[in-house]
Amino acid sequence: MNIVVCVKQVPDTATERKLRSDDKTLDRDAADGVINELDEYAVEEALKLKEAHGGEAAVTVLTMGPAKATETIRKALAMGADKAVHLTDDALHGSDALSTSYAMAQALGRIGFDLVVLGSESTDARTGVLAAMLAERLGVAQLTQAKKVEVSGTSIAVERVTEYGYDKVEATLPAVVSVVEKINEPRYPSFKGIMAAKKKPVETLSVADAGIAADQVGLAGAWSEVAEFAAAPPRGAGTIVKGDGDGGTKTADFLVTKKFI
Amino acid sequence: MNTPDPHDFLAVDRDLSEEERAIRDTVRDYSRTELLPHVADWFDEGTIADPRGVAKGFGALGVFGMHLSGYGCAGTNAVSYGLACRELEAVDSGLRSFVSVQGSLAMTAIHRYGSEEQRQEWLPPMAGGDAIGCFGLTEPDSGSDPGSMRTRARRDGSDWVLSGTKMWITNGSIADVAIVWAATDEGIRGFLVPRGTPGFSANVIHKKLSLRASITSELVLDEVRLPDAARLPAADGLRAPLSCLSEARYGIVWGAAGAARACLEATLDYTGSRVQFGRPISGFQLTQRKLADMLVDVNQSMLTALQIGRLKDAGQAHHSHISFGKMANVRAAQRVAALARGLHGANGVTLEYPVMRHMANLESVATYEGTEEVHALTLGQTLTGVPAFR
Ligand SMILES: Cc1cc2nc3c(=O)[nH]c(=O)nc-3n(C[C@H](O)[C@H](O)[C@H](O)COP(=O)(O)OP(=O)(O)OC[C@H]3O[C@@H](n4cnc5c(N)ncnc54)[C@H](O)[C@@H]3O)c2cc1C
Ligand SMILES: Cc1cc2nc3c(=O)[nH]c(=O)nc-3n(C[C@H](O)[C@H](O)[C@H](O)COP(=O)(O)OP(=O)(O)OC[C@H]3O[C@@H](n4cnc5c(N)ncnc54)[C@H](O)[C@@H]3O)c2cc1C
Repeated sequence: MNIVVCVKQVPDTATERKLRSDDKTLDRDAADGVINELDEYAVEEALKLKEAHGGEAAVTVLTMGPAKATETIRKALAMGADKAVHLTDDALHGSDALSTSYAMAQALGRIGFDLVVLGSESTDARTGVLAAMLAERLGVAQLTQAKKVEVSGTSIAVERVTEYGYDKVEATLPAVVSVVEKINEPRYPSFKGIMAAKKKPVETLSVADAGIAADQVGLAGAWSEVAEFAAAPPRGAGTIVKGDGDGGTKTADFLVTKKFI
Repeated sequence: MNTPDPHDFLAVDRDLSEEERAIRDTVRDYSRTELLPHVADWFDEGTIADPRGVAKGFGALGVFGMHLSGYGCAGTNAVSYGLACRELEAVDSGLRSFVSVQGSLAMTAIHRYGSEEQRQEWLPPMAGGDAIGCFGLTEPDSGSDPGSMRTRARRDGSDWVLSGTKMWITNGSIADVAIVWAATDEGIRGFLVPRGTPGFSANVIHKKLSLRASITSELVLDEVRLPDAARLPAADGLRAPLSCLSEARYGIVWGAAGAARACLEATLDYTGSRVQFGRPISGFQLTQRKLADMLVDVNQSMLTALQIGRLKDAGQAHHSHISFGKMANVRAAQRVAALARGLHGANGVTLEYPVMRHMANLESVATYEGTEEVHALTLGQTLTGVPAFR
């Protein structure tokens, strides 16, 4: 079984994140790049599926991002993935969700896969649409928001988180799955894993290598555009409810006006 | 020009390789997430609640004997091992002690002086955290001068019979195997004493005021009979245990820098938010002087540790380099911890804040693996050629 895990490098959520004033894209140099948190769960799930198949599977990491995203790729390899493909090209800078999904679908077509595993959302752009877009572009089943994944033979079953509990969804491979935090507990990379990661193959693909039409990606090819941005307004002072035996009622009234109760 | 990062003021990070940083980050992440939330309670209770669980966790990461090669050990360089010690001791000296004793003392003794059978039997489970080892050198009446030890091993046919008491032995009462050093007619020798060997027992030492998140024990050997196969064949003389101590001390050089860094970080946080006389206490000149002194100590310790680490990786670290690092960095850490304790006011005497825990721990760190006086004498001998120990 060929499993491809999509891993995104995002700015560390613990640091201040900024957009660039010139082209209104994320300033990736302003903060340390780290692996998108949910993608650690995606890697863990891929590794678990591989282990459940007695090791009879290859886990490939696919990352689209600038050169420094190699650090994030190494982390996924240190956890235990077998190899990686790094889709990197200046032409990709500023891609929106549609063009990102196009570029990644092209790369996936080249790599070949039975199963693609993603996080259900990134911590920077947070559109949460990539899994669905990829499945659509690749013409395969999409099983999103999974909190449990089981593969047997060519069939795949997931428990998909919903507001009321979960749905059981089944499909036939190939398929695209996105995972939520509940699904597992990602392992720490071991030192042996970290040392082995240096020696694992990382293939670099340019736009041309992946057969991506350069005018369909990047800022030029984007369907959406950030027109303007502003810093979030500082938080207001808040409302102090002074109680004189009726504090509870006043608080409840306030919550009613805000439609919390 | 960017303002220097207060947490890495001299930008030492850039001198680390990507692999060294990855190992450092993994240990930092692991110890902050899995260990830091429990460590104040362990200190309070004077023990590690689940030492086997802690050992398993360390084993899975690959911390135990990480700079040894083969037998399930990770085989990293010395700088990576140092970085791991620094991150562990930034959480608590007791955790670093656990790793030092297992990896640098017990495993190194077996790796360096053991037979092939002993290595095969003990090193893989110890690397994986499935077996715990301890190292018994110190005795009630023999500390800085281990050559004066009274524990005896006498030959009886092809066997050995050991008698004596070892004191202050980290992990002694939970160990699956004790490396016990004993005097024989031919000089000092090392023995592997498995848990449960008749005549061998261990008692926990209670009421410590330092290194409380660590188990310290007394080992009692009452006519313990061992086959010659339990002896470390390549260890002949006091040099053998001393060479293991040099390995562990190397980890302390880095560990102390970690404890100091943790105290500085806690203090920057605290003094930035604690308001007295209408302003954060970090704004007072007297406080800034203390912060500046702490910053210098923390960063000089780091440079010292890294330089000794690079020398070690190049095969050029002399034992007196390690003495230099142990003396300089532990002393610096004690200064930093004491200032940090003071700047935390009353909060600083509680376990809600890490500073007094570090300060108390550093008393043990200053004493074990050679006191400051012993290292000063080592440096004095290296400089003058004249030994002044006795
Ligand atoms: C602050 C910000 C806001 C943005 N807003 C929009 C917007 O509103 N509309 C829009 O079209 N674009 C937007 N973008 C552009 C955005 O970079 C792309 O949409 C992005 O490549 C895909 O979106 P996502 O990260 O939200 O994916 P999500 O669908 O949130 O991510 C899900 C998963 O997809 C995988 N994945 C995502 N990106 C990559 C990658 N580069 N390499 C490998 N795996 C990946 C990961 O497994 C991840 O867990 C925004 C970018 C930023 C920084
Ligand atoms: C928490 C803890 C854990 C420990 N774990 C272990 C362990 O796992 N294994 C192990 O074998 N040991 C262990 N030890 C013991 C430790 O190594 C000894 O305590 C240390 O070697 C000092 O010996 P001592 O306590 O007998 O002090 P002493 O040697 O009696 O020293 C007392 C004082 O005299 C000074 N002094 C001694 N000789 C001289 C001299 N020539 N000139 C000037 N001053 C001198 C010392 O510097 C010190 O200030 C541990 C100790 C502690 C506190």
